[in-house]
Amino acid sequence: MKLAARGLDYGFRDRVVGRGVDLAVGAGEIVCLLGPNGSGKSTLVRTLLGVLPPLAGAALLEGKPLGAWSGRERATRLAYVPQATATDLDFTLLEMVEMGRSAHRGAFSHPGARDRAAAFAALERLGIAALAERPFHRVSGGERQLALIARALATEAPCLLMDEPTSNLDFGNQARVLEEIARLRDAGAAVLFSTHDPDHALRIADRVVMIRNGGTMAAGATAEVVNSENLSALYGRAVEVAWVASGEGTPRRVCVPSSGRPS
Amino acid sequence: MARMPPSPRPRFALWMAASGAALAALAAWSLTVGRYPVGAADVFRALAAALTQAGGIGDNAQAVILDVRAPRVAAALVVGAALSGAGAAFQALFRNPLVSPDILGVSSGCALGAGAAVLLALPLAGVQAFAFAGGLAAVGLVVAIAARVGERDPLLTLILAGVVVGSLFGAGIALVKFVADPYNQLPAITFWLLGSFSGVSPADLGVALVPLALGIVPLWLLRSRVDLLALSEDEAASLGANVRGLRAAVIVFGTLATAAAVAIAGTIGWVGLLVPHAARMLAGAPFARVFPLSLVLGAGFMVAVDTACRSAFAVEIPPGVATAFVGAPVFIALLAATRRAP
Repeated sequence: MKLAARGLDYGFRDRVVGRGVDLAVGAGEIVCLLGPNGSGKSTLVRTLLGVLPPLAGAALLEGKPLGAWSGRERATRLAYVPQATATDLDFTLLEMVEMGRSAHRGAFSHPGARDRAAAFAALERLGIAALAERPFHRVSGGERQLALIARALATEAPCLLMDEPTSNLDFGNQARVLEEIARLRDAGAAVLFSTHDPDHALRIADRVVMIRNGGTMAAGATAEVVNSENLSALYGRAVEVAWVASGEGTPRRVCVPSSGRPS
Repeated sequence: MARMPPSPRPRFALWMAASGAALAALAAWSLTVGRYPVGAADVFRALAAALTQAGGIGDNAQAVILDVRAPRVAAALVVGAALSGAGAAFQALFRNPLVSPDILGVSSGCALGAGAAVLLALPLAGVQAFAFAGGLAAVGLVVAIAARVGERDPLLTLILAGVVVGSLFGAGIALVKFVADPYNQLPAITFWLLGSFSGVSPADLGVALVPLALGIVPLWLLRSRVDLLALSEDEAASLGANVRGLRAAVIVFGTLATAAAVAIAGTIGWVGLLVPHAARMLAGAPFARVFPLSLVLGAGFMVAVDTACRSAFAVEIPPGVATAFVGAPVFIALLAATRRAP
């Protein structure tokens, strides 16, 4: 397993947010984290990133507790894609992606031509190399998100942790980012991502972990876990999961919220 | 298929070379400017004579160049460079191009220290030492407050603590002015608050160079790392950065450089805000380019401003006043240009 939680209690020093989470992500696999607002998805992600220490249990990267890796060792094994990045400084896309290479350098060394080439290759892989010299703030939200994924690729880490990577995007860009995540999985990456939209889990996830009220509500293969009953309980609204015909040949399942409270 | 964009290095090297050459020319020209006429050729001869211990250009001219103008130009060079370099570092730390190096209260701390030293009738070296200590004390207080209360949003807490401490020390300065003797001490304090390069001796400069170098050199060594602070804390940590250590380093080294600069020449605003902004427009956002270019541009800007201040009018104008008169409109223009660009 690339990334795993075993009986993990997570939260802050003075406040437990969730208890007893078990999950595991292996190479070539996408695991999706679902939960309502305030369920602690982001806190769990930050714990799995090694930013917050586990309160009990273990958060493991390649079998070793996250806290036991040095910052640089961890950075070359586990890459992070945030919802958005907060800076008013005008980095170009290429410069932003090149920061992913700092995992491979010491504090006093400087990026070279190889780092630049690796950053550019990551942009090419996500199909946005033509934007390499555009300022990060002047491209679309979807392109920004793809650049953040490219930065994660530039670290060459085999495991990707994404915190609601689609939540600031419009419909079309969401689809584009999800496609790219699926493509990374097909190339062998281990991906754990959180989202507000269960359709995204249906679309690309192999397995799903649902968290609610400070604990795991359900976990398992997407087809088994993402159903009307679980989603209704998870979000406190009646949700139907319906089959629709799709242009891709095979019918797909989608979530449809219906009015009223769950029965 | 998109092609890899050309490396920014040659263009950056060109900017550095051009601004370095302009800086050298500016500094040399500044030595010729003043009430006692000395030609450019004589300036070179005087400098060469000082280096080789050979015969010079006559006692008076030699003294004007080496004892009066050269220390002053040198002070303007290092103060401009230090304030601009520190400004670039603080702008990277706070992820915001509108931040100045005194955001953590270093200037008001320095000013209070200097004011207190004037009240105590200390000599200039004492004023500088008190100014430096006051600046460090103010920033130390800011950091201590932020460490106590700012677990959730450390950067915002730092800024707010800086505002509070800055205004507290400002009240202290007002008190010092209130109790100062209005005929001798008050003018000295006001003079210092507005900044000045007159009366800087080579010895003062030598002493201040130590903390200044202790600030600037580590920032230069860390120049490729500082950009990670522009990201969120989680992102920077995920890329292998020791965020707290790096932040502490930028605060400590930026403060050392700023406090040393303020101790030499008083509180001169705008330079540390304006110059890194200009450097960024020329060289892009990465700190590894903004920082060295800010040092050179800041040195040049400060020399140009001080030369104008001491020669444009019959009476010398304080450089802090001039930087504000130049800085405010230029900054508004820069801001408008930045916002208007597609």
